[in-house]
Amino acid sequence: MRRILATMKIALRALRRNKLRTLLTMLGMIIGVGAVIAMVGIGNGAKTQIENQIASMGQNVVLVFSGSFNRGGVHSGWGGAGTLSIDDADAIQREVPGVTVVSPEVRNGTQIAAGNQNWSTQILGESADYFTLRQWPVVTGAGFSEQDVRSANKVAVLGQTIVDQLFPGEDPIGQIVRIKSAPFKVVGVLRAKGMSMMGSDQDDVIVIPYTAAMKRLFGMTTLRTINVQAASPKLLTSVQEQITGLLRQRHRIGVGRDDDFTVRTQQEIAETATQQSETMTYLLAAIAAVSLIVGGIGIMNIMLVSVTERTREIGIRMAVGARGNDILLQFLTEAVTLSIIGGLIGIGIGVAASKGIEAWKNWPVATPMLWILASFIVSAAVGIFFGFYPARKASRLDPIDALRYE
Amino acid sequence: MKAVIKLEEIHKIYHTGEVDVHAVRGVSLEIKPGEFVAIMGASGSGKSTLMNVLGCLDRPTRGKYLLDGISVSDLHRDELADIRNQKIGFVFQGFNLLSRTSALENVELPMFYHHGALRAGEQRERAERALASVGLAERADHHPNQLSGGQQQRVAIARALVNNPALLLADEPTGNLDSQTSIEIMGVFQKLNDQGMTVIMVTHELDIARYTRRNVIMRDGQVVTDITVADRLIAETELARLREAQQAVKLAP
Repeated sequence: MRRILATMKIALRALRRNKLRTLLTMLGMIIGVGAVIAMVGIGNGAKTQIENQIASMGQNVVLVFSGSFNRGGVHSGWGGAGTLSIDDADAIQREVPGVTVVSPEVRNGTQIAAGNQNWSTQILGESADYFTLRQWPVVTGAGFSEQDVRSANKVAVLGQTIVDQLFPGEDPIGQIVRIKSAPFKVVGVLRAKGMSMMGSDQDDVIVIPYTAAMKRLFGMTTLRTINVQAASPKLLTSVQEQITGLLRQRHRIGVGRDDDFTVRTQQEIAETATQQSETMTYLLAAIAAVSLIVGGIGIMNIMLVSVTERTREIGIRMAVGARGNDILLQFLTEAVTLSIIGGLIGIGIGVAASKGIEAWKNWPVATPMLWILASFIVSAAVGIFFGFYPARKASRLDPIDALRYE
Repeated sequence: MKAVIKLEEIHKIYHTGEVDVHAVRGVSLEIKPGEFVAIMGASGSGKSTLMNVLGCLDRPTRGKYLLDGISVSDLHRDELADIRNQKIGFVFQGFNLLSRTSALENVELPMFYHHGALRAGEQRERAERALASVGLAERADHHPNQLSGGQQQRVAIARALVNNPALLLADEPTGNLDSQTSIEIMGVFQKLNDQGMTVIMVTHELDIARYTRRNVIMRDGQVVTDITVADRLIAETELARLREAQQAVKLAP
């Protein structure tokens, strides 16, 4: 143990002797490790946010989108073509076992006004069950009722942003919002949700009965989406299959033809998102590996120069009785010290950069302890791996040649 | 008395390119404890090669070498390193101290590679004692570049002594020093020899060889003369004489 400490001391002294060179050699490690720590922090923060987002979709949700991802080679987006009808939604509610609630959805962006304030926002036409289905509670007032939906009543539930824009400092309940100049009575306010993962404001929305949206505002006859809730997570797949079967039959889609709708379960959406973040992680790992290899090569290069420069010193040490392994250990310690110090500085800079980004861009950043630990270990490993060849070269020098070296 | 060094028909052949250089051609030599031997010869006589073999830095191509009773001619690299560490003290022409390392730490170096555990305090004590024995106790913290050539060579001698070796080997130890400092260094060797240390020195300077007790002269890889020094010089007397002469020069008008 004391030997190792003494060897460390020798290594530190050797590194101090040429500060600028030491710093430049470490720079590879510093940048590599720092970048990895910062990126992982940001990636991890984003992942947590995505997970929260998916959880906020509600529980056991199956989404039926109008239009298909791929029809005869032509891709159309979700909700691309109006192929879902209210009757489809009713049929799902009626005929698919394991379905608890269904909320047909239409959506359109439009201009709204109240008093002398006006704003442009998304109008969501939904059923009364939407709030429970999406686990998005109404915090002030109440949601609209089945009756409101049946009668296509002009009632509205506002997102927090709308309240802030149209009714600053006022109680919005009972007030009138003009949507495309049609007056809607405000009955409730939704709980604030904050930014989405894409950076859009989820509270910038007004929810009204889908019947009112279709008949009274936009003159729509087809639905964009049908939100379905299954009774339990186990039923998700069977509900998905049955909805597909039912809709194919209702839309009279022959065998071998593509669906004109898309059914996605919450699990699938979550998996896609997780897959994306996994891809991201692999990408990070690849960048990390490349930068660490570059850093390691820098260390190897400098250690080779150092061995040549200090050939005479090696000769002296061998003459007074250093074994090959003593010399090997000395140079290996030096390389590892170099890479570990570089790694530690990198970790420090990475964490500082994450904190900076968190404060500046308001992104959530979470640096897992495991990655910090792993970075440290990998730094040491890089030192050992790339320091070994120069150290072995030093240890194999012939003492006489080394002493004679000028 | 058992010999410290016993060489039997030592040969050393270097294979450099196409020509084989036969540097040492059958040297047999016996050196007893407490001897002070100068190995002499012109350059190319094989004296340095013999020195490398004696110092276990190099292995003989043929022949038998017993050092302190151990046959070292066919030891492994690591075993040779241990022999160098424990049995032999080296003094070089160019001092070969580690720069940017204090005198004391230079002296501690062989103990660092000593495979028997030493307490840190003991290591330091021994290094201080060795420095004191060459008269440099108060220069322990100086770095080599703050010391004169003679002082650097004394540090090197202290380093050679610190592991209590059986044998002190000096390769042209006065080659880089002026004549007065050379005599001082020979004084240090004579003092050590008087205390019982076996000293073997390679030199090509005849007057330096006269401070030793035995001269071995080599030519073409073989020992041609092996004599006891008859008119041995004593460093202290020579130094006193030198000082007198200098004094006389100063006093002269």
